[in-house]
Parts: sequence; C-alpha cells; structure tokens
Amino acid sequence: MATATIPVEREHYLNTDYGIRSWLLATDHKRIALLYLVTITLFFFLGGFFALLIRLELLTPAGDLVLADTYNKLFTMHGQVMIFFFLIPSIPAVLGNFLVPMMVGARDLAFPRINLLSWYLLVAAGMLMLHCIFTGGVDSGWTFYTPFSTAFSNTKVIEAGLAIFIAGFSSILTGLNFVVTIHRMRAPGLTWSRLPLFIWAHYATSIIQLLGTPVLAITLLLVVFERAFHLGIFDPTRGGDPLLFQHLFWFYSHPAVYIMILPAMGVVAEIIPCFSRKRIFGYSAVAMSSIAIAVFGFLVWAHHMFVAGISLYSAMIFSILSYLVAVPSAIKVFNWTATMYKGSIHFDTPMLYAMGFIGLFTVGGLTGLFLAALGIDVHVTDTYFVIAHFHYIMVGGAVMGYLGGLHFWWPKISGRLYPEWLGKFAALTVFLGFNLTFFPQFILGYLGMPRRYWQYPPEFQVLNVLSTAGSTILAVGYVLPMIYFLWSMRYGKIADANPWGAAGLEWKTSSPPPTENFEEVPEVTWEAYNYDEIPSPEEVPVGR
Amino acid sequence: MFDNFPLWPVPASSGAGNVDALFIFLVLLAGFMSLAIFTMIVMFALKYRYRPGHKAEQIEGSVPLEVTWSAVPLAIFMVIFVWGAILYFRERTPPREADAVYVVAKQWMWKLEHEQGQKEINELHVPVGRDIKLVMTSQDVIHSFYVPAFRIKQDVLPGRYTTVWFHPTRPGVYHLFCAEYCGTAHSGMIGQVVVLEPAQYQAWLAGGITSGSLAASGQSLFQQLGCPTCHRSDVQGRGPNLVGVFGKPVELEDGRTVTADENYIRESILSPNAKIVSGFKPIMPTFQGLVSEDQLTALVAYIKSLSQPSSGAAGPATPAPRI
Amino acid sequence: MADSPLAVAHQEGLHHQFVDVEQQRNAASLGMWVFLGTEVMFFGGMFCAYLIYRYWYYPEFAAGSRSLDIWLGTTNTAVLICSSLTVALGVRAAQMGKRRLLVLLLLLTLVFGLAFLGIKAVEWHDKFVEHHVPGASFSAEDLIQAYPQIHIDPARTQIYFSLYFAMTGLHALHMIIGVGIFCYLTYYSWKGRYTPQYHTPVEIGGLYWHFVDIIWIYLFPLLYLIDRKPLK
Repeated sequence: MATATIPVEREHYLNTDYGIRSWLLATDHKRIALLYLVTITLFFFLGGFFALLIRLELLTPAGDLVLADTYNKLFTMHGQVMIFFFLIPSIPAVLGNFLVPMMVGARDLAFPRINLLSWYLLVAAGMLMLHCIFTGGVDSGWTFYTPFSTAFSNTKVIEAGLAIFIAGFSSILTGLNFVVTIHRMRAPGLTWSRLPLFIWAHYATSIIQLLGTPVLAITLLLVVFERAFHLGIFDPTRGGDPLLFQHLFWFYSHPAVYIMILPAMGVVAEIIPCFSRKRIFGYSAVAMSSIAIAVFGFLVWAHHMFVAGISLYSAMIFSILSYLVAVPSAIKVFNWTATMYKGSIHFDTPMLYAMGFIGLFTVGGLTGLFLAALGIDVHVTDTYFVIAHFHYIMVGGAVMGYLGGLHFWWPKISGRLYPEWLGKFAALTVFLGFNLTFFPQFILGYLGMPRRYWQYPPEFQVLNVLSTAGSTILAVGYVLPMIYFLWSMRYGKIADANPWGAAGLEWKTSSPPPTENFEEVPEVTWEAYNYDEIPSPEEVPVGR
Repeated sequence: MFDNFPLWPVPASSGAGNVDALFIFLVLLAGFMSLAIFTMIVMFALKYRYRPGHKAEQIEGSVPLEVTWSAVPLAIFMVIFVWGAILYFRERTPPREADAVYVVAKQWMWKLEHEQGQKEINELHVPVGRDIKLVMTSQDVIHSFYVPAFRIKQDVLPGRYTTVWFHPTRPGVYHLFCAEYCGTAHSGMIGQVVVLEPAQYQAWLAGGITSGSLAASGQSLFQQLGCPTCHRSDVQGRGPNLVGVFGKPVELEDGRTVTADENYIRESILSPNAKIVSGFKPIMPTFQGLVSEDQLTALVAYIKSLSQPSSGAAGPATPAPRI
Repeated sequence: MADSPLAVAHQEGLHHQFVDVEQQRNAASLGMWVFLGTEVMFFGGMFCAYLIYRYWYYPEFAAGSRSLDIWLGTTNTAVLICSSLTVALGVRAAQMGKRRLLVLLLLLTLVFGLAFLGIKAVEWHDKFVEHHVPGASFSAEDLIQAYPQIHIDPARTQIYFSLYFAMTGLHALHMIIGVGIFCYLTYYSWKGRYTPQYHTPVEIGGLYWHFVDIIWIYLFPLLYLIDRKPLK
C-alpha cells in the first residue's frame, strides 16, 4: 500500500525494462543470473523428486514401488540432472554471474552475449534432457560405463549423452567469461591480492571447467558414435577397451567435483569474515589452496578405478596423489575456523549455513581419506559409503554453500530481506534432515550394501528407513526457502545497500544495483576484508 | 559385534581383520578431527558472539600455523596411505599355491566352476583355512564380485580375466553381491559363499555331480581343436611346448618378456599374433568366435595343470594329464 | 580526427562493459586463446585414445594408414599451410589498412579451405567405396588379403577407421565453422569495417584458423604416415 514515506522507486536492473523480450534477450549479467536461477531451481526439484522416489522404494527390502528398470532410470536421471543441470551451473551461473563483475568493479562480464548464449545452451540441453526423461528415460547410470551403455542398454543413452554434451558447452563458456573478466577487467587498484576469495574460487573453478569439460565432451561424443554406428572403441568384443572409457570419463568427472565445491568454498570465505566482523585468517593460504585444488584435482581421477582392473602400481600412485589433494581442503577448513577466533559473531542465516558447511564438508572430506586408502576402498567402493561421502560434500557442502550464498546476497539481488527467523528455521531443518538422511548410509556401506540396488537383503532395512525419514525432513528444508524468497520479493522488508555491513565492491552499490552496476568505476585503495573500517550494522542506524 | 545392530559385517577372512583395523583407526581419526573442528566452532561461536562494545580483533594470519596444519595432516595422510597400500598389495597378490575357482559372470548370474569340475550357480562352496583364488571374466558387461564378509571386491570385465583371492577363516554363509551396475537385475545378481569345515567340504565335493575336472575337459577340448598338431611336448613342433609354461616368463620376438598368466593364455587363443614367442612364426590361427568363455576357462585350467608336478588340490586326486 | 579516441571508440563499437578499446581488444584476444585451449583438450581426448590403440594394434593401424591416399593427404597439408600463409598476410594487410589486399587474401583463404574440404570429401568417398566406413558395411577383407604375411584383425582395423573418421570428421567440422567465420570476415572487410586501429575480428579469426591448421598438421602424420616403408 502506498504511503507518503515510500520514495519514488529509482531505476535498477529489475525495473529498467519490462516484458519477456527484455529478459529473454538480456545481456545484463544480473538478469542472466536470475534466468539461470529459475532454470536450475526447476532442475533441482526434478532431481529431488527422483531422489524422493528412490528413497521411497528403499523403505522396504523388496522392489515393490517401481519396476527394476524404472528404478535404474531413477538413479541415473537423478545423478545426471543434479550434477549437470543443477550443481555444476548453480553457484557459478547464479551467484558468479551476478557478482563476479561487481566484485571486480566492472560493468558487466567480458562477453555478455556469450553469457546469454551459455544460458540458452543450458536450456536447450535441458529440454533435450527432459525429452529424454519423459519419453522413456535412460538407465546407464550417470557414469555411462561401457559396454553396458554402448551395447546393452535399451534406453535413450544417445539423447542423454547429447544433452550433457550441450550442457558442457554452457559450462565452458561461463568459465571462459570469468577468466577473461578477472584477468582483464579489474578496477584500478584491484590487484590480485586484493580480490575477494570468492573471485579466487571462481577463477580456479573456471580453469577446471575450461580444461576438463572438453574431455567429457569428446568422451560422450565417442560413446554416442559407438552406440549409433556400432563401433568398438570401448567394446571388448569389437577390439575396444572398457577401461579406456573409464579413464577418459573420470579425467573430467573427478575435477568436476571440484567445480561443484570450489565456488561453495568461495561463498563461505565471504560469509565467515562478514559475520565474524574480521578479516579472513590466512588470505594467501586460502587463495593458493583454491589454485592447488584445481591443479591437483586433475591428477587423481583413477581413484574411482581402484578395483576396476588397473595395475597395482597405478593404484598406488593415484592413492598417494589423492592424499595430496586433501591437504589444501584441510588448510581451508582450518583457516575458516581460525577466522572465527576473536571475532564478533552474528548468527544470521548465511552464517548458519556457512558453519553447517564447515562441519559437513569436514565429515565428507574426512571420509574421502577412507576412500583414498586402497585397502579400505576395496571394501567400500561401489557401496553406500561412497554415496554418503559424495552427498556430504555435494549436498552438505555445495548445496549448503549455495543456499548460504543466496541468503547472503538476496538483499543485493532483490532489494528485499527474507524473513530471518524462517531462514534460521529452514537452515536447521536442512542440517538435521541432511544428517539423518546420509549418516546411516556410511554404516550401510561398510556393512556391504552395494549402490544402485533396487532391492536389498532385509538386514539393511532399519538404516534405510532412517535415511528415508531424513530425506522427507530435508525436502521440507529445501521447499521453505523457495516459498519465502518468492514471498519476500513482494512483501519483504526493503534492504539498503549493505544490510550485513559486508566488505566487497558489490556492497558499495545500491540494492538492487543499477544495470551499469556502479555510477562511477571505483578505484580500490584498500585490502580485501577491511572489516576494521566497516561498521557493523548494529553500530550504524540502518533504515529497515 | 553388536549382534542386533551390527556396524560391520562379520569378519570371515584372514584379511578382514586388517581392513577393519585401518577402518577403526580412520573412524577414530575422523571422529577426533570432526569433534575438534565442531568443538572449536561452537566454542568460538559462544565465546566470541557479538556483544555491544566488543570489537573483533583483526588477525592477518600466521605462517607457522599454516605450515603446521599443512605438514601434520600431510604426515598423517602418508601414514594412512602406506597402511592402505600394504593392505592392497596383499589383497592383490594371490599366494602361489592358491586353489583356483573359475568364475564367469553374465547378466544376471554368477557361474562358478571348481578345478575338480563342480559347477555352481550363484553359490560358492569353499573349505575354511585354504587360499582360494578366483579367475573371473564376464560374458557381457562389467560386473563386480563382492563379498563383504571377506572385505574383497574385484570388477569382472568382458574380454579379460581379473583375479581376486581370499583365505576364509570362519565357517558360515556370507553374502555375495554384484557391485558394478549391470542392468535390470543388477540387485538380483546376488548369491552366497558357503564356507565349510574341510571334512564337510570333502563331502560336498564327493556328493556333487561333475563332468570331470575342469582341466580334464580342457584337455579333451585341446585335442578336439587340433592344438597338439603344433603344440607338441615330445619333439619341437611349429608352436611352443606348453608343458611347464604357465606362470613362467616368456620371451617374445620383439624383445619383451611377459609372464604366461591366465590373460596371456586367453589372448594367445583369441589373438595369437598379439604376442609372438621368440623363435616362432606367426602362423597360429585365431579361435575367436570358436570357443565360449566356459571353454576358454577349461583350456586355461588345462594349460595350468601342465605346470603342476601333480595334483595338490583338495579333493579327489586328479591324474596327471598327459598329452 | 579519425584517430581521436572518441572516433576510434565509435568505430570499434566500444562495448559498454569495457573501459577503453585497449581493454576490449585484450579481452577478445585472451578469450580466443582460452577458447583454443579448450579445443586442445577436446581434440586431446581423441589423440589420447588414438595413441593408446596405435600402440596396442600397430599392424592394423599400419595397414589402415597405408590404405589412405598419401598424395591427397599431402596436398591437403600443403593447401592448409598455404591458407595459413594467406591468413597471416591478411592480418598484416589489415594492420596496414590495405582493404583490397585484405579482401583478396581472405578470399584466397576461403578457396584453400573449400579445396581442403573438397579433397577430404573425395577421400571419404574412397573410404566408402572400399568398405572402410565403420558400421554395418565395414570390411577389412581387402587389407587382410593385401598383407597375408601379418595377421590383420578386422575388429582392430575397424577401431583405426573409427578413430580416423572421428578425428578427420571433427576436424572437418571445425574447418566448416572456420569457412563460415571467414565468409563473415570477407564480407565485412569488403565493407571497409576493418582498419589499422580496429581489426580484432580478423586477428582472432586468424588465430582460430591457425589452430585448425595445426590440428591437421598433427593428424596428417598420425593417420597417414604410420608405416610407409614396405612391409616385410
């Protein structure tokens, strides 16, 4: 309801132009970020729906909810949708697109039209994927192992492979844009050592996207050719080698997990200093760790193949390298924790997600040590132990980081505040639901329950029931933010430029920002995380 | 352990206890580290929560601390690596005198054949206290042979043999799972390993209907396919003498030396010109498409038996085969 | 006056996200180099598969290689190298503001590019006629007959030809895209859009063309020159 005190709305990126054309032909990185937000949210709920069906089937030992073939399609498509159409784009395409230009003091990314193209590529890939799903689906497992995927599966492997191939180009172009923007478009005075760690994280992520995704592209293309033309590149009955497929596939798919986690680490590195009111502890160590993870991440792929038939000596080499890649992640965890030491800590929703991230990522990362140990991996690989491990990192880590980032930057993106108490409630719900869902799976794995099992021996039922119960709680935790974010766009309190009192160039402009981001190109003379100079929101009256 | 709510499978092989020991170490380590981080976060959150008038202290960092918490984890990781690697080395090095069982996996069942000739489907009977080695291949897609109680797992590939070994220590019946997704009935491709006391195992062996030992059926196949035409043991034939060749190094004409293991024998039958023995011509015809996986298994078992002084396996004595 | 910053900016169509034309040029250049890096990884996966199978299946790869027409392959190599020369000279012409020369060189590049594709089509047709196209009608009989002294495995030979078609096919696709890019460049050169101050599209288009050429320089010896000495 209009009152005399509400000012005339100034122009910003949301109201500068209306109509579907202004959105579908947008080149403004902020609008493209919102286009991505809508797209990946839809895929998140589709992938989540598949997960719910999986968990419902696993309530009972017998296969009694869906057919075996259907179940095999469910876990395949859950993996493909979640990884390629949600996790890989998520933080970079939504938060990265929105923030990278602003954080470096630029008016947009280096190539705005390529940015729009990358969204269209994801949408095209997504439509092909949806067509595949709704006209029969695919049951090869998201890992497409040959010769099952090339010569035995009776489902739409080619369509799924092509959809992911196209989605890969979306990822590559995003990475390309970020690398060029970060290198060439930083504001005057913004040296590399003054960049926010969010930028370092996205830079490292982009390197992986650029170097790794093309290998997945060619691998999937060869699988598609093999299936379409009955070639034998990966088929032993036709002279090929199934292990060659695995090496090529994992050469991308291992670094891909770092594409999924590094941006979330970047988000956490922004949130913790803000809500501790102090500079990050060990800036250089955290920045260099991002780069180290990207580099070492390319050297460990065959730890997915310890029982696949590789030689003893290969296995040893990949095991030791896998331990090396764990070190920079540990360094980051210690530095984030140390940042809280002697801080002045506020417990707003973003901080709850960040603290949850540290805890869950630590557990997930530590269980990686189990998997890197050759003798243990023989027993737990291909079991629920691995499933628990990667969900701790990707859901307990990456998704929590994504949600924390959404909450943190929501005022900047929308100009509104979400309801804080609901935010806290949802964060706690997610945390509890998540642990109940996935912790029992570690035990299931060591007990010997293999993955991708539609039916299982009855002694595994109790733990499966616990896990399914947790998943329903988790689902509630995920639906809540959807609802209140939408609600806040209309009814939320109006946010000012910097409701959290955060450091970073993006907070120096209004909420929501104008299309050009800044009235004037800023000149940076201060170090990152200059919290000694920024007053806490409580200390400065904020018009809320 | 906890009979009603077990946290790990009953350890039933000689290696299981060692795997569990490393696992428990890792659980304690991970538990300790998680607790430490968790406690610190909670402590800092409480002790340094926002209070009006208290300001945060801007701390840049600490190089000694960075070095310490990089070096100490790295050192611990190296310990874990070595421990895990030693376990793995033992897991992947079968003892020389292990009893062999041949496994052919197919969608969606396990076919097993003992050297003495007993065939089993989805079930494996073995005696306690002996080293058992499985020589496995697949007829179609990749499967994986997984016995949680033994803590062993090995992918089973089409086109080659992979091996896994174990030493059962406890009579009982244990799950056998396929652990590599292989299609519709992947979760139905399960069975059991039955570990028997030696006397019971003898009884089981004697009671079964066999069609002769695996090596014996391999021998008759060897004759049928005409192999002795070139592979003679009395005089130098056109092909290498196969007596005593299994397990030994073989010199190839391109200078390489390879070991004549199961994969070598299999490849020599299917793609004879891939590796030519030094001093021989590449004239052996290929038997690709002419022999099934089961027949290949029998031929391999036969060639193996030509290297054994006499039958040392448990069960009824197999007469030393003669060419 | 044509050189004043405003005029240059107007000419180059300085995009709003850039501070100045220098930044725009640098960004475009870095962008193309990074993109070519991704292309190296893309072809790299195939080269990796190729190298592994060549090591394992040498006789079949040698036989398959000898069945390719070395003269057509060599001609194509010369054609591409010449085309890279015309591209490089074209960039120089743009730098010197010689519009007519630039258009001529770009047209020559197109001619060479189309010649390459035409010769490639002829080679593929030959392979089709010889039943060397992988798939239902593949047959390695002719090679088995041709080399009785070594054992040629048809499945392994098909792997050679699968990789041959995948590698040359993806290379040809990149050539076709390159031809498209150069049609665009030729048209706008003729329209006078490129000047000594602004010819970034010509430069980065040239980079792309050189890259596709270099891929061929690797493909040619790997596919055509495996073992051209007489087999014993």
